[in-house]
Amino acid sequence: MSLSLTDPSWYPIASSDDLPFRHVYQGQLLGRELAVWRADDGNVNVWENRCLHRGVRLSIGINEGGELKCQYHGWRYANRSAGCTYIPAHPADAPARRIQNKTYPVREAFGLVWSAANDDIAFTPFPGAETGTWFALRPMPVNAAPEDVHAALTSLAPDDQPAELLPALGVRVGTTLYFVQPIDANRAVIRGLLAHEPADAITTLRHYNETLTKLRDRLERAAARKPIPAPLNPAFDKVSVELSTMPDISIPRGNTMTVVVKRKWTSAEGIIGFELASRTGHLPTFQPGAHIDVHLPNGLIRQYSITNGPGDLLSYIIGVKAESASKGGSKALIETVSEGDLLAISEPRNNFPLRRDATRTVLIAAGIGITPLLSMARFLDKSSLPYELHYFARTDDQIAFRAELGALHGKIVLHTGLARDTIGQTIATALGSWSRAQHVYVCGPSTMLETVRATAAAQDWPEEAIHFEYFKNDKVIDDSSSFEIELARSAMTLQVPAGKTILEVMRDAGLSVPSSCEQGACGTCLTGVIVGECDHQDVYLNDSEKRANTAMLTCVSRAKSARLVLDI
Amino acid sequence: MPNIDTLTHNSWQVIAATEEIGIGVVTTTILLDTQIALTRDADGLPVVWRRSDEQNGDEIDPDTIVERLPVITGYGYIWTSFGTPPKELFPIPEYAEPDRVNMSCGSIGIHVSAPRAVENFLDMGHFPYVHTDILGAEPHTEVKEYDVEVSEERDEVLATKCKFFQPRAALSATEGMEVEYVYRVPHPYCSVLYKSSPEAPERRDVIAIFLQPVSEDRCRAHLLQSMIDSTSTVTDLRRFQQTIFGQDKPILENQYPKRLPLDPRSETPIRADKSAIAYRRWLSQKGVTYGVIPLAS
Repeated sequence: MSLSLTDPSWYPIASSDDLPFRHVYQGQLLGRELAVWRADDGNVNVWENRCLHRGVRLSIGINEGGELKCQYHGWRYANRSAGCTYIPAHPADAPARRIQNKTYPVREAFGLVWSAANDDIAFTPFPGAETGTWFALRPMPVNAAPEDVHAALTSLAPDDQPAELLPALGVRVGTTLYFVQPIDANRAVIRGLLAHEPADAITTLRHYNETLTKLRDRLERAAARKPIPAPLNPAFDKVSVELSTMPDISIPRGNTMTVVVKRKWTSAEGIIGFELASRTGHLPTFQPGAHIDVHLPNGLIRQYSITNGPGDLLSYIIGVKAESASKGGSKALIETVSEGDLLAISEPRNNFPLRRDATRTVLIAAGIGITPLLSMARFLDKSSLPYELHYFARTDDQIAFRAELGALHGKIVLHTGLARDTIGQTIATALGSWSRAQHVYVCGPSTMLETVRATAAAQDWPEEAIHFEYFKNDKVIDDSSSFEIELARSAMTLQVPAGKTILEVMRDAGLSVPSSCEQGACGTCLTGVIVGECDHQDVYLNDSEKRANTAMLTCVSRAKSARLVLDI
Repeated sequence: MPNIDTLTHNSWQVIAATEEIGIGVVTTTILLDTQIALTRDADGLPVVWRRSDEQNGDEIDPDTIVERLPVITGYGYIWTSFGTPPKELFPIPEYAEPDRVNMSCGSIGIHVSAPRAVENFLDMGHFPYVHTDILGAEPHTEVKEYDVEVSEERDEVLATKCKFFQPRAALSATEGMEVEYVYRVPHPYCSVLYKSSPEAPERRDVIAIFLQPVSEDRCRAHLLQSMIDSTSTVTDLRRFQQTIFGQDKPILENQYPKRLPLDPRSETPIRADKSAIAYRRWLSQKGVTYGVIPLAS
């Protein structure tokens, strides 16, 4: 039997004990190096041992509990998905979603960690697995061909009680099980299991160690007399075409997927929590501040922020505000969707990314605005980066996600029932004066955002240090203007009449353009402007971005000049 | 034998720091998978030849060496070639300024290809992670937009306006500041860095790395410093450079593949990698195949 790079069998690649807290273990299977690490939630990750950036080994990286950090440039990769969540060289941008390491299937069982070169077949325990509690022996590496090691183990059995061959280079000798992990053409690791932990573990371990050492010496002497087999030569997958070119700052466009409502509960007065779980495997990677589109049963689409912390990808937890004056969005979600129902959601989008290079981060949440900031606080908390979270609510009963906030170690201050001017003063004190590398993130109703922006500006916080996300645009849109738009890359000139948005006109002309909230709040329809003066009616761009006139939101904004040339 | 492309064959390649080569004593080394030997004659001039059975440390009379390889000295180093090299080395005019402190900072072997080491030298994103609290520190990790051009007339890659916040940019620095770097790649295996001198801010300190391609996946890094510094000793300056280099070595040796892949789809570039991308394209255009994984034809 010779080794194959496409062998679908599962082999043990590590002992559970090889993965202590916050360690990264270097494994190898069929010529491929692996970075193996256990996240704080217990999940074991088996990834190709190469950072996608410049090929440095991930096994010398740092296990931060929910993410793995590469030692070369500090790129972070999330538990489970292996998706990149942060690129320190560009702290203001959310990384392109498709930057994702190659993962291998994994199962932790019987004191060992098992993996395979592909997921062609499902993991099945060895015959008799249910009869023992299983105790792993010390692994024994051998510089000899795996099939020779397997044969040698088989020959350990006495003549009157021959060994029982097991699938995938396994063998049962008496009551001991041996599995041969094929590292490469001329190297293997013997991983043994006893059915139960022996009374005197040390003596037993020593006995087996001596037996296997003698076996190893015999095997290596025999291997030295044979020609050395050629090592296996695995290839690295090519990077996708879009990722291989110099990226612009882009807003990722997503597809929909189906999730199941695993849990629905009242988190606070007027705030309902929903846990949306993946049906198979894990959900896509996100960066803190991200939101998903939820496709409601009544046909509407609404955005909700993801509250999760790093590497927490089995389900997304969102908070929904019960709004009596709702156009039907949140109301439909709260009243008609129950536990067990299926929902279509988009992949996460991020227009509110968190920088992790601040010396001080201030998070200011009001009401349902706590949702993206809870995620930010969790990421900063996990990396022990300094932050303060100020959460404003009208009454104590309206404070949501109390237990989750209680689990954080940073400074969390709850402000309830404050009068308008007291809020202003509280924010002024919380912000303090600005110094290099301090950032504030705000989310809440427009009155709160305006207060924070005005207060921060008065205390010399520069615009780049103030980050905000509007959930909705309260302004009344004036769509009485009519003008012409020229689409530079689509070679079209279109008329935009009063009462129709630029987005609608483009879609009527057959262009497919992404959008989400269609209120000028989320930034998904952001389009470059080449010529013309915009009439910005959105709440997404900041003042200097609006003055620059190089981009606009086509769902609500219009033109002051007679003509606009758009980069689309 | 690996395929040595024409350009690599005909270029000057660095092999040793001049003052480290004993007069009348053999030093052996490997260049482009070939064993060579060198010595210096009574006038201190280098002699280089293809090694037969000479051992490192043997005594030798340089006059007895008939079949010599081309040789040139420049910037404190000895360079040779197996082909027909140009008349001169690429220019570093600052080196000749009379008040400069010029020194070699050591020759260090690395188990990675020469082009990978050049790319590491051009990169700023790793400063807070690999050279922590010296050339960079978290949270100041941002690499701001910089300019890159490939100059046809000078035949080099040039990166300018490269800014980074550094806690301790040079030995003489006492507090953090944003420094501005200029990088040049005047030779496939050499790079030169310019940063403003803390002592004379209108002039620039020069640090250069000259890589000796030992094999396709091994090189020796020869470091040059040409500084405006009237207070630090040469020992201290050398130690600073060697500390920096000693931090890069284990990272470089953990990079795969060891040869630099020129296919843009092998690795994932970000905007901070503009100079690296220009360098990889420049190598492809010049037909360099040694120490790289060339574009599939």
